[in-house]
Amino acid sequence: MRTESRPAALSIEGLRVSIGGHDVLHGVDLAIEAGRVHGLAGESGSGKTMTGLAVLGLLPHGSRASGRIAFGGRDLLEMPVRELNEVRGAKIAMVFQDPATSLHPMLTVERQLTEHMRHHLGVGRKEARERAAGLLAKVRIPGPEEALRRYPHQFSGGMRQRIAIAVALACEPEVLIADEPTTALDVTVQAGILRLLRGLCDDLGLAVLLVTHDLGVMSAVADEVSVMKDGLVVETGPRGQVLREPRHPYTRSLLDALPVPPGENSP
Amino acid sequence: MRSPLARFLVRRIVTALLLTVGITLITFVLTNLVPGDPVAANLGQRAVGDPAIVAQWRADHGLDRPLPQQYLMHLEGLLHGDLGTSQQSHRPVLDDLAESVPATLELAGAAILVSLVLGVGFGVVAALRRDRLSDHVLRVLSLVGISVPTFWLALVAFYVFFFRLQITPGSGRIDPGMTPPPQVTGLYTVDALLSGRWDVLSSAVGHLAAPALVLALYTIGLLTRFTRSAVLEVLGQDYVRAARAKGLPGRVVLFRYVLRPALVPVITVAGLAFGSLLSGTVLVEAVFAWPGVGQYAYKSATTLDLPAVMGVGLVVGVVYLVINLVVDVLYGVIDPRVRVS
Repeated sequence: MRTESRPAALSIEGLRVSIGGHDVLHGVDLAIEAGRVHGLAGESGSGKTMTGLAVLGLLPHGSRASGRIAFGGRDLLEMPVRELNEVRGAKIAMVFQDPATSLHPMLTVERQLTEHMRHHLGVGRKEARERAAGLLAKVRIPGPEEALRRYPHQFSGGMRQRIAIAVALACEPEVLIADEPTTALDVTVQAGILRLLRGLCDDLGLAVLLVTHDLGVMSAVADEVSVMKDGLVVETGPRGQVLREPRHPYTRSLLDALPVPPGENSP
Repeated sequence: MRSPLARFLVRRIVTALLLTVGITLITFVLTNLVPGDPVAANLGQRAVGDPAIVAQWRADHGLDRPLPQQYLMHLEGLLHGDLGTSQQSHRPVLDDLAESVPATLELAGAAILVSLVLGVGFGVVAALRRDRLSDHVLRVLSLVGISVPTFWLALVAFYVFFFRLQITPGSGRIDPGMTPPPQVTGLYTVDALLSGRWDVLSSAVGHLAAPALVLALYTIGLLTRFTRSAVLEVLGQDYVRAARAKGLPGRVVLFRYVLRPALVPVITVAGLAFGSLLSGTVLVEAVFAWPGVGQYAYKSATTLDLPAVMGVGLVVGVVYLVINLVVDVLYGVIDPRVRVS
């Protein structure tokens, strides 16, 4: 077992968010460590997605956030947009729920993979292209060179999500926020995406925040699990502990709602 | 193997050519369906009473033959660049059109250019500054632009800016007494620029400004509203949030990720609006005494000058086709998904 004393790559402290005067987060605390997958569970409307969006300052029009989001000794909430743009995509990257809408339909895969790479890392066109092909190979897209010239609509849903993950990894970030990355996909391709995320986390030492409402997904890949309800984290701990011996009644009710008890088919 | 874009272009151009043939048929049939006898309109009072002269005149103009044969003759003429002879000016219709079409193209083209730049620009600004003062001001102004009738605006603009304030030059394309620039394109502004005649250029631009702005006001208002709503819709898309999550600077997100998809509905509306802008030129040309197709069409129609009417019909139809072709091609250029289907 790993120890609990490692420094957090990203820590969220007392995060409060209101949208149009209505409070959606009431003081969320979360710490994410390098090389570990931290699962964030909870039903729709519990504030999981808002927590992820707040980290990169991507909350909807008319939102206010307070508290502290510590990354690299800085508070992301205090950062001016210009500086935040140097963190976004470069140090902290994001994968969204539906790759059919999160990839731009009118730009080639190459452009979407290399644009921020060239901007953040200052690499030339040719080098960016080579790196992009390497990334596509890493996320197991067949024929990476050829794939670069194509548009998102020419790929299947699972392939698109792999491309979206490659886009997120392009600048070698330290933290990856994955917001329901398997929800919009066929059940048959979900496992492949989760294995990919797990492998990237282990190989690259990424700190992953995996937002999902699916406890089955959670039990398959997460090291730590936090459970949210009504804008608050009600329970946090190692996966085995939270999923097998939940202390909070809400966690228990979520587990009871599952057709198959978690852990039965997990490693 | 040809690229999908090239195949797409070829397909569209072939379609446009077929449609052109359709336009010649329709203009021919419609022109001949119009009640009214060209004989009565063109021959003098006494000549109409003489059957021999009438028959002679009909034979001269091919009107004694059956309609299908007249159409084929008309088509054959078109292939040789012969649109017939105007019964009023007694000159080839082609020559008449060569004078009036560039005048209208210059006016309509300037109006289109101005409305694209200002309409899209205002729409983007309004969307980015949603619910702030500048947004409210632009929305009210665009509503005014859409609501004001073009002919009324033309009269008021001519009266206020020429008669009262005297800040715009009067009617026509250039100052009276000035010789037009050597004809290359027929657009005075372009020709003056090409020949380096700066006095003519400034005069031509001055004469063009008022009618072009009057003509453009409606499309500016329309495009402002459509661009605003299109940009707002795109700003809410996942791929825009994803682009922000990549840390790209705001202007890159705006120009590369937002404007491109937002332009698709804007282009649709612009194509339709430019079609209606052409009919607006008839009124504006009348008020500003602009020697364009609108004036020519009006004169030809009232005198039942059939070759001239058909010529105008063909030109206007082809201009519509070109606008639609441009819109279709732009769809394909902007959106790769259109090329495949």
